[in-house]
Amino acid sequence: MQAYLTLTRRELGSFFYSWIGYVVIGGAMFGTGWSFVALLDRLQGEPTLMPLTEIFLDGCFWLIVLFSAPIITMRLFALEKFSGTFETLMTTPVSDWEVVLAKFTAALIFYMFMWLPLLGCITLLNYFARGANLLDPATLGSAYSGIFLIGCVYMSAGCLASALTRNQIVAAMISFAIGLGFFLAGFMAGPLDTQEGWAAQTLNCVSVVSQMKDFARGVVDSRSIIFCLTTCFFFLFLTGRVLESRRWR
Amino acid sequence: MMIDVSNLSKSYTGNNAVKDVSFQVEKGEIVGLLGPNGAGKSTTMRILSCFIPASSGTATVAGLDVFTQADEVRRRIGYMPENNPLHPDMRVREYLKFRARLKGLGRSRTRERVDAVLTQCGLENESKRIIGHLSKGYKQRVGLADALVHEPELIILDEPTIGLDPNQIRSVRQLIKDLGRRHTVLLSSHILPEVEMTCNRVLIMREGRILAADTPENLQKALGQNGHLIAEIAAPLEELKTCWEQMPELAHYTLSAAEGEYFRCALTPSVGEDLRPIIFALVVERGWRLRELSRVRHSLEEVYIRLTRPESEEEAL
Repeated sequence: MQAYLTLTRRELGSFFYSWIGYVVIGGAMFGTGWSFVALLDRLQGEPTLMPLTEIFLDGCFWLIVLFSAPIITMRLFALEKFSGTFETLMTTPVSDWEVVLAKFTAALIFYMFMWLPLLGCITLLNYFARGANLLDPATLGSAYSGIFLIGCVYMSAGCLASALTRNQIVAAMISFAIGLGFFLAGFMAGPLDTQEGWAAQTLNCVSVVSQMKDFARGVVDSRSIIFCLTTCFFFLFLTGRVLESRRWR
Repeated sequence: MMIDVSNLSKSYTGNNAVKDVSFQVEKGEIVGLLGPNGAGKSTTMRILSCFIPASSGTATVAGLDVFTQADEVRRRIGYMPENNPLHPDMRVREYLKFRARLKGLGRSRTRERVDAVLTQCGLENESKRIIGHLSKGYKQRVGLADALVHEPELIILDEPTIGLDPNQIRSVRQLIKDLGRRHTVLLSSHILPEVEMTCNRVLIMREGRILAADTPENLQKALGQNGHLIAEIAAPLEELKTCWEQMPELAHYTLSAAEGEYFRCALTPSVGEDLRPIIFALVVERGWRLRELSRVRHSLEEVYIRLTRPESEEEAL
């Protein structure tokens, strides 16, 4: 446990030692701000029944997730393998699983940190709307749990990609490809139009876009929760196996 | 017994890095693994530090198996890999604290030990500096401090002085020698004087095998030519030649002209003979002039070159 906490803290800290952390946060803030401006624009137009979070989702949300996830996670293992610190790390009395979980946790915390400006935007809007109750806390909570679960999937995929290689660029590309796959799944299901047939159904289940839409609308679907968590565990499990592979390769 | 390795082998896809290696290291010894690049030194050390498992054979550290009791072994080992990888973005004290906590030390113990190793490695004044900004010599000290921070019984150092300037090498060597008082040290190197100066015992490796294991002195003795002499004498050439040829104690000689009227004679005595007084008497008797008389000691280097020279090269010579 001590090793896990120590490692998590060190990993989290290393986001802020380098410029990468600040660039990602800056980029995410820009995206969030941009979406917020678009949201305000829309609110000034015709009245709508959509919750704020759902309108926000139409902005840069996916752009931020797709691009930030590879950048956040690419360093995790690839840099340590490249610089050789992986060897000093693995010769201390820590288990492979502690290392995987610590790195994943650090990435996830950073990712959630990245979404704080959104909370600021909504608070600000609520303040100026003077009690018009634009958004109830439950919907906001549901939207944030959606962000969290999507984060679990994308961060764990990034962990796996980073563990596979010692080149950060390659890690980023693999993780981007996996992320893009999940993102596009829903759109690929579109042309298959009917809900019949295994292909369309599978793609719909995997589609993180429609799942996130549900969460933003305030619908907490257990299927989505289970899907995101199992996918996350699956990727983390694979990451652990990749680390272990040095023992039998 | 600190390290007990028996019949250890490690093969990477089709390539045998270590072949059937066995050796023991007693508590308190400083042992040097010596060999050319690719001899299997690093692989052996990685196995001992539980980074990779062996393909076959067993290795124990302090009586614990490196494969089945890896966690316990890691607690007892301070390992500094080749090229001394560090986190360049951290500060010295912060890094050592991080490493100490990772190795399971409690909070107050961490503070105590970090202070101790900072002093021990001469890093007190650098403790707040960023590792990436340190000179290579100081980085090496940080690596050593990291290896020492949890007071391991065994310290494994892979090429600890590589890439340092002579002054830095000297200070790191002194540090290693000091470590030998309280810890067992296993270090690898392909620099001979280093091993000769710091180690009680040397294991010479080539192509994954141990070719020789002994003290540096014994290895030199084993070469058996300790009485090799160089004499520079001014004398008529012919007279000198006949003189050497007729000397019964001399096994072999070579002559070459030196500056002035001197000749440089390399003399190999028959086993066990000390030629120096004989030569001195000879020179006095003949009225020659002698300006140098010295004994060439075979350094470990010759033992090493003899043992580690690839066979093809040997044939060519």
